[in-house]
This record gives sequence, structure tokens and C-alpha cells, in this order.
Amino acid sequence: MDPKELKRVRLVKRIAQEFPDGALVNLGIGMPTMVANYIPEGRTILLHSENGFTGLGPAAPKGQESQSIVNAGGQAVTIVPGGAFFDSAMSFAIIRGGHVDYTVLGALEVDMEGNLANYMIPGKMVPGMGGAMDLVAGARNVIIAMEHVNKNGAPKILKKCTLPLTAVGEVDLIVTDMAFIRVTKKGLVLEEIAEDTTVEEVIKATEAPLHIAGKIGKF
Amino acid sequence: MKPILTADEAVKDIKDGASLMVAGFMGCGNAFTLIDALINKGTKELNLITSDTSFPEVGVGRIICQNRAATLTASHIGTNPVSGQKMNSGELKVTLVPQGTFAERIRAKGAGLGGVLTPTGRGTAVEEGKQKLTIDGKEFLLEKPLGADFAFIKAEVADTYGNAFLPGATKNMAVVMAMAADHVILEAERIVQPGELDPERVTIPGIFVSAIVKATLPASNLQLKA
Repeated sequence: MDPKELKRVRLVKRIAQEFPDGALVNLGIGMPTMVANYIPEGRTILLHSENGFTGLGPAAPKGQESQSIVNAGGQAVTIVPGGAFFDSAMSFAIIRGGHVDYTVLGALEVDMEGNLANYMIPGKMVPGMGGAMDLVAGARNVIIAMEHVNKNGAPKILKKCTLPLTAVGEVDLIVTDMAFIRVTKKGLVLEEIAEDTTVEEVIKATEAPLHIAGKIGKF
Repeated sequence: MKPILTADEAVKDIKDGASLMVAGFMGCGNAFTLIDALINKGTKELNLITSDTSFPEVGVGRIICQNRAATLTASHIGTNPVSGQKMNSGELKVTLVPQGTFAERIRAKGAGLGGVLTPTGRGTAVEEGKQKLTIDGKEFLLEKPLGADFAFIKAEVADTYGNAFLPGATKNMAVVMAMAADHVILEAERIVQPGELDPERVTIPGIFVSAIVKATLPASNLQLKA
């Protein structure tokens, strides 16, 4: 595995430890989807697919794709035993009504107040928010999974987001290739760092001020 | 009993400038036969209301690619780059709505409600121009009902009363759209006699349905993204 992939795996493994047994979880497209592969042994989570079911399973084997079972990205997938299908109004009632325990999403920017920007770059990328705004507003816990800095090496954890917001004050946890940061009323608290970095390096790569937890864990 | 029409007959009254809801999610659950008939008929300037614009030339994506829509109300257009191109060139007027809000606005229309109070979109561009209400100390946006002249719904089985079974994840926006459009055209893979569809298996009650069309394009036409 290349070093970048190893870092991603470490990150999603750490997130996977957050879910208690039986949690209902919605995973965004990309890196968040990988979280499902690293649920600790002895625990089971139920995945919610916002287009209309609980019990989202792996991709359908080639030749066995169903025309009526796709995930939120339109890919042919499966439903696990114990799953349930429903319509969009029900699906988003589940989301907005606080019945989804955790959502894991990527981010373009996140800030010290828990604000999130992850759905558009004006003039460049305007795909629409899809279900992201409902998920971030409605899920009980919002976890951001992302690289700590952007392609140019600039911080993505800011004092204040500059891009259009997906939601205000809804992010609970930020997990990156470098750090595990909790969003609290007093600001961002650095609780853990990746095994190949230091607190100083994390502070340097973060624009927002960080409170440092009394005991820093490693992951 | 509902009229059982050919696809061409069913779309005959959809004039230029009509508003049209198309159920489906990334092509899954689109009424391919009806969309094909509408494209062939040449209807244009449609006010299209659909969850997403699928993929280029797949299902509802064709309405965009074949230049048949003047406006689009949707939650996501990222998987069909043509939608974004037309939006940027000004050819297509696009209103992006959070997906849950989209479903509830349509449901509100069908359910006779004056709107929906939702926390989704607070503090974002979505709240611009909208009334805000504080209920029990929490702030909500007032989102108004959304209806249409026509809706295209795809079912696996329909009986001649219009009762329909929609399998798996094809239910998506179909249930609320069937309630919210003046004329609901149901495309079914199988049309059966009353009594042959177990009432326990009815996803959409037939009372909402205006006409039934037998699907002639196979569901395998759906080019699921691998």
C-alpha cells in the first residue's frame, strides 16, 4: 500500500472505532465509504442509504446487479439481511428527525465553530447539495473525514470558512491524516495525533487555534 | 379503472412549457418509456422537477441533454455534466434544493399543507429570501409546497386501478410526486387485473394515478454506473 493510502486507512480505522454496536450510520462518497470496511470485530452497524434503504451492503457482484438497488452515487449495490426499503420522504425523515446516529462526510473547509463547507466552489464546482445539508443538519453526530491540508498544502481547518456553507455549527468531530479534533463550545480540542506526527506539526498545519487535551492519544 | 394508453397517447397533452416531475434517483426508477416518448414528441421548454439529472443520456438525463428543459429544480446535478454546462451558459435556469427539503416540499403540495418548517439550510445560501420562524426556541426555514402539471412514475406492477408496486430503492421520489402532480402517468412493467396485486404490496395507491402505460423499454436500459 502506498503511504498516502496507508494514512487514509489509518484515518478511517480510527473513525470506525467511534460507532457503538447497532449504530445507524450514513457514509458519504469517497473516503467516508471506506469506514465500513474497518468496523471493529464484535460490533455491527447498520448503514443508511439516503435514496431509500437501511442495510446498505457491498457493491453487487458483476452480473448480479439489480436495476432497483443502487446507492446514493447510482452504483449497483446490495442490501444486507435485516435491511428495509422506503421512499425519500421517509428516508429524509430518518435523517432530519435525528434517527441517524452518525454521518461521515468529506470537507473542503471546516472551521472552529463547527461550520462546514463541502458542497460547492463558486464558478468551479456546483454539483448541488444533494442530501448533504439534511444529513449535516439532522444526524446526531457529524464526523468529518479529510486530509488535514489541501492539495497546495494550505490548512483546511480554518478560523472561518470562506466557501459557501453546507451547515452552521453542526460538526462534532474532525478526523484527518494528522489529527483527531473535537469541536466543543470553547473551540477545537486536539485529542489525538497520528503516530507519525507531532502536536507542533498539527498546530502548524491548522489555521484555527487548537486547545490541547491534557493527555494526547495516538492513532 | 384507469385508462391504459400507449406512451405516445399518454404524453400527447404535455405541451411546451409544462411542468413535469420525473421520479427516480440517478436513473434508478426513471420511466424510460415515457421519457423516450416525450423526447420523440419534441416537447420543449419544460419546467423539470427531479431529484437529480442522472447521467448524460440516461433516463431523465436525456431531457437535459436533448435541450428540452428551460428550468430545472433538483438537488444534485453533479453526475450529469451537461446540466452544469447549460446552467453556466444560462441556457438552463437551475434551482438547487436540499434533497430532504425537495421531498417534503412535494409532499406538502400533495398533502395540502401550506409549507414545511425545516432546519436544513439554516445559515447557508438556501435560506436567502425565505421566511424564518422560531418554534419552541429553534429556528426553521419556511419552505413552500412544490407541485407540477405532470409526473412520470415507474412501477414494476400496476393493477388497472393504478395501484402500484415499486421495488427496492425505486420508490425514492415517486411516492410524493404521485401525490403532487395534476396528471400522474404511471409506467408499469406489468399491468394486472384488480385482485392480482396484493393490497399489502401497494407502494402508491391508484387514486393518484391518471393513466397507465406498459413499459416497452427494458429496465436493463438503465446503464447503472459500474
